[in-house]
Amino acid sequence: MDVLASLADGFAIALTWENLGLALLGCFLGTIIGALPGLGPSNGVAILIPLAFTLGLPPTPALILLTSVYYGAMYGGRISSILLNIPGDEPALMTTLDGYPMARQGRAGEALALSGIASFVGAFFATWGLVFLAPQLVRVALLFGPAEYFALFTLAFATLGGIASRNQAKAAFAAALGLGIATIGVDGQTGVPRFSFGEVHLYDGIDFLVAIVGLFALSEVFVFLESHRGDADAAADKMKIGRVIPSLNILRRTTGAMSRSTVIGFICGVLPGAGASLGSFMAYSLEKRVSDKNKTFGTGDPRGIAAPEAGNNAAAGGALVPMLALGVPGSGTTAVLLAMLLALNITPGPLLFQQNPDVVWGLIAALFIGNVMLLLMNIPLVSLFVRVLLIPPKYLMPAVAMISFVGIYGISGSTFDLMVMVGFGVIGWVLRKLDVPLVPVILGVLLGDQMEKNLRRAMTISDGDWTALFASPLAIGLWAFAIIGFVAPILFGRFFRMKHREEDVGD
Amino acid sequence: MSDRVFGVIGILLAAFYAWQSTLIQESFIQDPVGPKAFPLIIAIVLALSSLVFILKPDPEPDWPAVGQLFEIGISVALLVAYALALPEAGFVASTAVAASFLSWRLGAAPLHAIPAGIAIAAGIYVVFHLILGLSLARGPWGF
Repeated sequence: MDVLASLADGFAIALTWENLGLALLGCFLGTIIGALPGLGPSNGVAILIPLAFTLGLPPTPALILLTSVYYGAMYGGRISSILLNIPGDEPALMTTLDGYPMARQGRAGEALALSGIASFVGAFFATWGLVFLAPQLVRVALLFGPAEYFALFTLAFATLGGIASRNQAKAAFAAALGLGIATIGVDGQTGVPRFSFGEVHLYDGIDFLVAIVGLFALSEVFVFLESHRGDADAAADKMKIGRVIPSLNILRRTTGAMSRSTVIGFICGVLPGAGASLGSFMAYSLEKRVSDKNKTFGTGDPRGIAAPEAGNNAAAGGALVPMLALGVPGSGTTAVLLAMLLALNITPGPLLFQQNPDVVWGLIAALFIGNVMLLLMNIPLVSLFVRVLLIPPKYLMPAVAMISFVGIYGISGSTFDLMVMVGFGVIGWVLRKLDVPLVPVILGVLLGDQMEKNLRRAMTISDGDWTALFASPLAIGLWAFAIIGFVAPILFGRFFRMKHREEDVGD
Repeated sequence: MSDRVFGVIGILLAAFYAWQSTLIQESFIQDPVGPKAFPLIIAIVLALSSLVFILKPDPEPDWPAVGQLFEIGISVALLVAYALALPEAGFVASTAVAASFLSWRLGAAPLHAIPAGIAIAAGIYVVFHLILGLSLARGPWGF
């Protein structure tokens, strides 16, 4: 088993004091970021990327820090779901359905502990899935030529919209907008400037970190300005936590729910564009169908907490598979992690496994370590994180905005980039208002360059013959999936969304 | 209605983008497709999706009242001013002002907002500059 040998090498890399410290710091920050309403995994990681970058961390430690934040945020999201009935981030939405009723019955501690264990189970097995599936996918990816890559990128955009948004046209618009932004600057192949309007600052394009931090972090500040002004302070202190060790009996009752949800969540994560929100939604719906015999779901059934938590953490692990093996992220947060890799001059995809095995396997080993840390941290220290929820948004949001500026200013030191970031913040706010998903925009900005390069490479090989894009069976298959992925939600989406909304309101 | 307006803006954007891409100067090093083709494809996608917004608009989003819109406008202006002030006044002073203002606008009483802003500025300075060694904007006073 050379996979296990590689994994052992990975542990050798990850088990240094520096890396362990970074993993611990990442897990801690991640849990806090996930727990705070309004700060989710994508904008949390987005704020921290420029910081990790300016601190001059080498690739492996930087990745360990940020993926620990990512896993940590997936754990943290449940805390405010259970205690406040406000999901700390989007994937934790389903946890409110049974978590909050359970907390109201005075079993908040039990709910927190159980969800912590479910998160661990989901993430742990999904990381194993990553270990075995990613190298297989790499083998497939080696068959990809430029035409197939172009089709794969199209597939990613097509399926991303279908699940992330209510309106396919808006998802397509978002993707095109992102791709358009990516074309700004000097063209890499011929050296001519494009869309730079003679502005020197635009010659090297718009830095995707500027776009990401603006779209995700700053637009969140504007959303808060609009909706949460003078909001009452968080009320977590009124909630009694109770015992934080779940009884064996409950664990036994929820084992089935956890294992089913882990599998569902992992599959949802691997699919391009689906991500953790779908993972937790599918896991909850399935579990409800399988085991809700006495209609106890929605009234504080422990299985209703275990299922979505195992599902969203498994999806988080699954989403790393296409990101590492193909360079095509499976969710918003992995798109942000991809930005990190690109900023460090590492191109994910099949070559990553050959050229930088230390990065890949060190990262995977760090995920295992981080997961154990998170479990240990989340059960005894949960009351500490609960206290963090007491920071009112009126002090938190200014700090978020200022830290975003610190990160971007640290990279470039340019006022122009800060202006562009504010601009992206405003655009992000308007797009959110109009229900245009932001993830395709980010993905477009990130992948635009690669997508165009592959298109033009394919055309160079075929000497300008556009049918070369559909020449191989693999490419045809990818195009077919892309078309199905784009069209199917238009046909079936209405049914699926009605169900989704029913679940939302049904508490 | 919002979606229709958005669609019109989208089509104008696509047209502008397409027009700009035809102006890209060709270089003497040339691949079969050249630097114009990909932007033109994007312009087509932009235009088509904008057309859908016009023909099939979504329900109206909840736009904030004029007062709140003004609020957001003020904050944007503040952030722009902050970006301009950073290299002039240094990190701590400009951040303290900007953070106080933001937390005041988010609903803190002025007497609470000012110490909060100063605390945020000082906190970030200590953590990111003194502990982590990140270079922050230096003002006339060296911080």
